[in-house]
Amino acid sequence: MNTDSMNTDTVHTNDALVTALTASLDTDRADLDALRARLTERAEDEALLDVAYRIVDSPIGPLLVAASPAGLVRIAFEREGHDAVLDQLAGQISPRIMRMPARTDDVARQLDEYFAGRRHEFDLPLDLQLVSGFRRTVISHLPDIAYGSTASYKAVAEMAGNPTAVRAVGSACSHNPVPVVVPCHRVVRSDGSIGNYLGGVDVKATLIALESAA
Amino acid sequence: MSLPPFETVVDEYGTMVMRVCRAVLGSDIAAEDAWSETFISALRAYPDLRPDSDVRAWLVTIAHRKAIDQIRARNRAPLPSADPLDRPSDRAGLDEPSLDGTGLDGGLRTAVNRLPTKQRQAVAYRYLADLSYAEIGVLLDCSVPAARRSAADGIAALRAIDLQPSRSTTRRKLTS
Repeated sequence: MNTDSMNTDTVHTNDALVTALTASLDTDRADLDALRARLTERAEDEALLDVAYRIVDSPIGPLLVAASPAGLVRIAFEREGHDAVLDQLAGQISPRIMRMPARTDDVARQLDEYFAGRRHEFDLPLDLQLVSGFRRTVISHLPDIAYGSTASYKAVAEMAGNPTAVRAVGSACSHNPVPVVVPCHRVVRSDGSIGNYLGGVDVKATLIALESAA
Repeated sequence: MSLPPFETVVDEYGTMVMRVCRAVLGSDIAAEDAWSETFISALRAYPDLRPDSDVRAWLVTIAHRKAIDQIRARNRAPLPSADPLDRPSDRAGLDEPSLDGTGLDGGLRTAVNRLPTKQRQAVAYRYLADLSYAEIGVLLDCSVPAARRSAADGIAALRAIDLQPSRSTTRRKLTS
């Protein structure tokens, strides 16, 4: 106990020698980045990476794209706070999370094609472990809404086998863990108004306009 | 309260762990191996770490063991240089030509490499990793005063070396 208090007074972290020593042992940024890249590759080879993520630039802002070994598990908009979402994933799935673009190469490519208007359907393995129950049923029916068209919350409730669960459909859409790829943006209000969207109403309008133009 | 993503652990401590590995091992190649082994090992154990743990001390403990593995592997290798445990500078010089002791940094690193292993470890864990002498004593299997003495002796030896280049520069300036 007294040993800890004793040693604090002997440390001179601003000491020129320690500063010079620290500098003499520093690594080039590029070398450390290369080491990190090898670390993530090895982590993937040894099945130690429970979530791999990357940031994909898009016309609706940078998207956080995260995949488990089973498939795409989360897409997050910038306004959700990418760091906050990664912290959530650490608690919900596993803290073994690293930035590793390779696992989501297919997702990034298909998103690029989608935003360029060249892709109308996503063909990706999905990991829907973050949603369960009726929400999951709703999410799994959303890809049935064709590219370029929209459906009302009420229509989706009917598709999901529970015509009265209109509000639950809205809730399921707002908890869609993989927006854009699972097209909750195609679900609008019965009166034709656009409704809410996790990425913001502007983003929802942009996506609907993108699909009607292509 | 849960553990943060492992990526942030590498962000925060990757550079520090590399400095420690370089100081303890001398050779940059051995240090890179120890660094990689440290973080792969840490990643494997990470989900079981208690969220209130001292991640820095935990990582340095792993790095300490991985560096010892490197030193042992080096001792097993059929090297002509004698006593590599206490003199890794011979080996470091082979694969790291920049450590020729000409520059100040190179001179300092050569001096670190010439320290006895225990002093190198104590200096690294105290001054690069900011561990307490109690923690260092546990790692080096010695008493707290012995840990303190090792760090102090190591720093004293480095201080003697470190001051020389600037002195000789001054002397040269005066005579020219």
